[in-house]
Amino acid sequence: MIVKRNAHTGNRMSCGLGSLLSCVMASTARAQNEQTVFEPVSDHAEGIVWLWWAMFWVGAVIFLAVMLLLAVGLWRARRPNSGLGESASRNLVIAAGVAIPLVILLTLVGGSLMLGRSIAADPPPNVMRVRVTGWMWWWQVDYLDQDGKVIASTANEIHVPVGRPVEVQLISADVIHSFWVPQLHGKTDVMPGQLNSTWFTAEKAGVYRGQCAEFCGVQHALMAFLVIAEAETDFRRWLERQAAPAEMPENPRARFGLEVFLDRGCASCHTVRGTDAQGNIGPDLTHLASRRTLAAVTIPNTRGHLGGWISDPHSVKEGVFMPRTLLEPEELTALTVYLETLE
Amino acid sequence: MTEACFDDSPQATELLAKTWQSPPGFFGWFTHVNQRKIGLRFIVTSLIFFALAGVLALLMRLQLSQPEINLISPDLYNELFTMHGLTMMFFFAIPAMEGLGIYLVPLMLGTRDMAFPRLNAFGYYVYLIAGIVLYISLFVGAAPGVGWFSYVPLADDFFTPGKGPSVWTTMITFIELSALTAAVELIVTILRQRAPGMSLNRMPLFVWAILVMSFMIVFAMPAVIVGSVLLYLDRTFQTLFFVPGGGGDPLLWQHLFWFFGHPEVYIILVPALGVVSTIITTFTGRQVFGYTALVLSLVAIGFVSFGLWVHHMFTTGLPQLGLSFFTAASAMVAIPSGIQIFCWIASLWGRQIRFAMPMLFILGFFAIFVIGGLTGVMVASVPFDTQVHDTYFVVAHFHYVLIGGAVLPFFAALYYWYPKVVGRLMSERVGRWSFALIFIGINLTFFPMHQLGLEGMPRRVYTYLNDMGWGDYNFFITFSAFLLAFGFFLTFYNAVVSYRTGDPAGSNPWNADTLEWATDSPPANYNHRHIPVVSSRSPMWDVARTGERPVVGGLRADRREILLTTVLDAEPQAAQVMPSPSPWPFFLAVAVAFGFVGVMYIPLLFVWAFFVSFLMIVGWLWPRRPWQKE
Repeated sequence: MIVKRNAHTGNRMSCGLGSLLSCVMASTARAQNEQTVFEPVSDHAEGIVWLWWAMFWVGAVIFLAVMLLLAVGLWRARRPNSGLGESASRNLVIAAGVAIPLVILLTLVGGSLMLGRSIAADPPPNVMRVRVTGWMWWWQVDYLDQDGKVIASTANEIHVPVGRPVEVQLISADVIHSFWVPQLHGKTDVMPGQLNSTWFTAEKAGVYRGQCAEFCGVQHALMAFLVIAEAETDFRRWLERQAAPAEMPENPRARFGLEVFLDRGCASCHTVRGTDAQGNIGPDLTHLASRRTLAAVTIPNTRGHLGGWISDPHSVKEGVFMPRTLLEPEELTALTVYLETLE
Repeated sequence: MTEACFDDSPQATELLAKTWQSPPGFFGWFTHVNQRKIGLRFIVTSLIFFALAGVLALLMRLQLSQPEINLISPDLYNELFTMHGLTMMFFFAIPAMEGLGIYLVPLMLGTRDMAFPRLNAFGYYVYLIAGIVLYISLFVGAAPGVGWFSYVPLADDFFTPGKGPSVWTTMITFIELSALTAAVELIVTILRQRAPGMSLNRMPLFVWAILVMSFMIVFAMPAVIVGSVLLYLDRTFQTLFFVPGGGGDPLLWQHLFWFFGHPEVYIILVPALGVVSTIITTFTGRQVFGYTALVLSLVAIGFVSFGLWVHHMFTTGLPQLGLSFFTAASAMVAIPSGIQIFCWIASLWGRQIRFAMPMLFILGFFAIFVIGGLTGVMVASVPFDTQVHDTYFVVAHFHYVLIGGAVLPFFAALYYWYPKVVGRLMSERVGRWSFALIFIGINLTFFPMHQLGLEGMPRRVYTYLNDMGWGDYNFFITFSAFLLAFGFFLTFYNAVVSYRTGDPAGSNPWNADTLEWATDSPPANYNHRHIPVVSSRSPMWDVARTGERPVVGGLRADRREILLTTVLDAEPQAAQVMPSPSPWPFFLAVAVAFGFVGVMYIPLLFVWAFFVSFLMIVGWLWPRRPWQKE
């Protein structure tokens, strides 16, 4: 496996475990979608990966020690009468079976509790709040102001400012999901009827992939999202844009596309703020064109994919709730042209 | 006792054999109640389900071998992993361990049958019917596809209409009847039917393990039965036990499920630990070191395993303080496990060991189980678990634990007791190939999954994007899974071929110390010709040393009688007449199954089945006074 050289401390060590396997694995260049525990970009994830390596090395030593002890014991049989007596056996069991594990386990439990406490602590006061709603099988993202009112809505993409703590409030629209961005934090379940939250601070700009981690039905496998950490100013600009309603398109073709959008059923599920489309069971599409991907990070957001998705979502994501939309070719083209104006 | 008490004439032996005979023929098959018949059926049936679930796993591996392929539809894939988990846990692991217990425990205790032979037969038919219904549901496309854990609200009728989760709720409740009957029966048999002199502290470690397992079943299963009945009501009658909008709570389901689900793992592990102790004793030719420590740690594992269930729920948003308790308890269970491991190492240290097949599987168990145990301690840590929970890391972890901790010892048990059951030894040569492939296959299949999980691959996904870079690992894992499957296949092949061609075993081929080896191979209908008397933990070695075989007499040969003894010291107390072969347990199982399958379609069938079952029970209990017969 190849790991990016520029990233964090976890790197070298992840090669350590990886190299055990790499002799039998063909190396592949890593795609840009990172979703790994080994390259943490927040204190939380960094603490956890540190704990992992500590446990990994202790575990490796224990495993080797037990196997070595077993091997030496079996080897000893070549000499006659080398079996352990009653008291030697008792000492072995008490030392290796009770005393040493007790010390190791107490250390581990203590360390784990300390780390757990620091992670579970309340977020600092300058925290930014985002509400994420889990749907079968996509993520609704609402930015909240100080009073908890929604500033902007988007889907499957969470922009955050670098260095600023972000609290993610998790609610479910249907079944249990789990919010997980391994480079930022461990997962938190999205429970129906319960408000869970988690928080993290992205310390480095970049795109971090997350994915639903609780089985939630047919398309659980394709329910991903991106966290895009960017500089505070870029983030402000982005959020301002997302908060604004959609502009009326100038281009006549795009205007025709809007008509298609309103007349052919799209608007009954989707909202485009600034138009009559106020559906609320599908993603808010007000700034669809600004997003990188479609269908919860399943396909890139290009005109071809967009057209394909609209005409037959099931060929991309079988079992998804969005129905097929039968359109004339010119209607479909106009619709995609319109959707591409939603920047 | 004088020789006069014992009529060892061929006529008397023949009469005894005839009394305990199971009726021949196709229809006779449905009347068998003898514990060895039932135990063997449990074992063979569980192996068939093991193979079926293995095939499902291979299908899943094919779908995952490359990114973004469409070999298997997402719906079918979800049914496959649900069925794989359900089958392995409910239809392989528990029945297999119970089957070992049912077959071996009475032989080891020196008795002729189990306490409730007809209940035993009933349990088997329930198991068989539940398994058949489950697999029919797979072939007609109505299998549950909501995971073996069947989390609500996904398993509610709103999100998953159709019969899938209904099959789950009714069949799981149904098969737990089988687990419960076997457990109750094993407990009573172990406590009341031990050979005279086999006080509790002389009981074989395997029997201790089965006793602990049985008590765990009795306490764990009701939780999942209650859970699935509530889920059935939610789905069928729109009750709101798990519906948040109506004052219910999805977390309640998770508590009920894991309060059963976690002990379940140890229910499977504990008897396997008993197998390890047994085999180490035999192949070192000495009692395993630390009998008391081993027994106490088995009991401790049993107790502690009921305090761990929340570690399946670390990410659900429960308070941190509560979670800490379960971290500590999860780490604590490593101590009794460690005591076991080191008692065995102390027993093996410097001893002349015969490296026959059972012993090889036990050595394999050491390596695999220790790795699984270590990753188990890791996932007990809340922060770490939030990263790896529901990823392939956990898949790797529990396959190491379950294959290492249960399947390898179970295969060791197959090789070890096969000669007792069949009268012939299994081939060592084929066995070695099988073991090598299994051992290598486990590691090549499951070790890379640790890495995959840490690189972010979640569980229960039918596909993954090419961009994720998980393709090579998955291809390699799929290839290795077939290697592993071939290893398992070789042992199946070995068992079938050795049935005809294996070397004759004799009554005690391994020179073992427990009483099952005092019987013929295969044992006669009546198990032990005379009820043995025990004066140590190694009765067979006493026989070899002294050349004497102390027995008690007084049981009649012309009807099914067993000897009851006291709970602690196993002093003879009474002779008990046992029920004869009967088709009623089969009829009752069919009637109950009728009710359980029926309620999926028409809830009122429950009432019908209740009355039909009542009639079957009347037939079952219809008095037939043995003293009036003939």
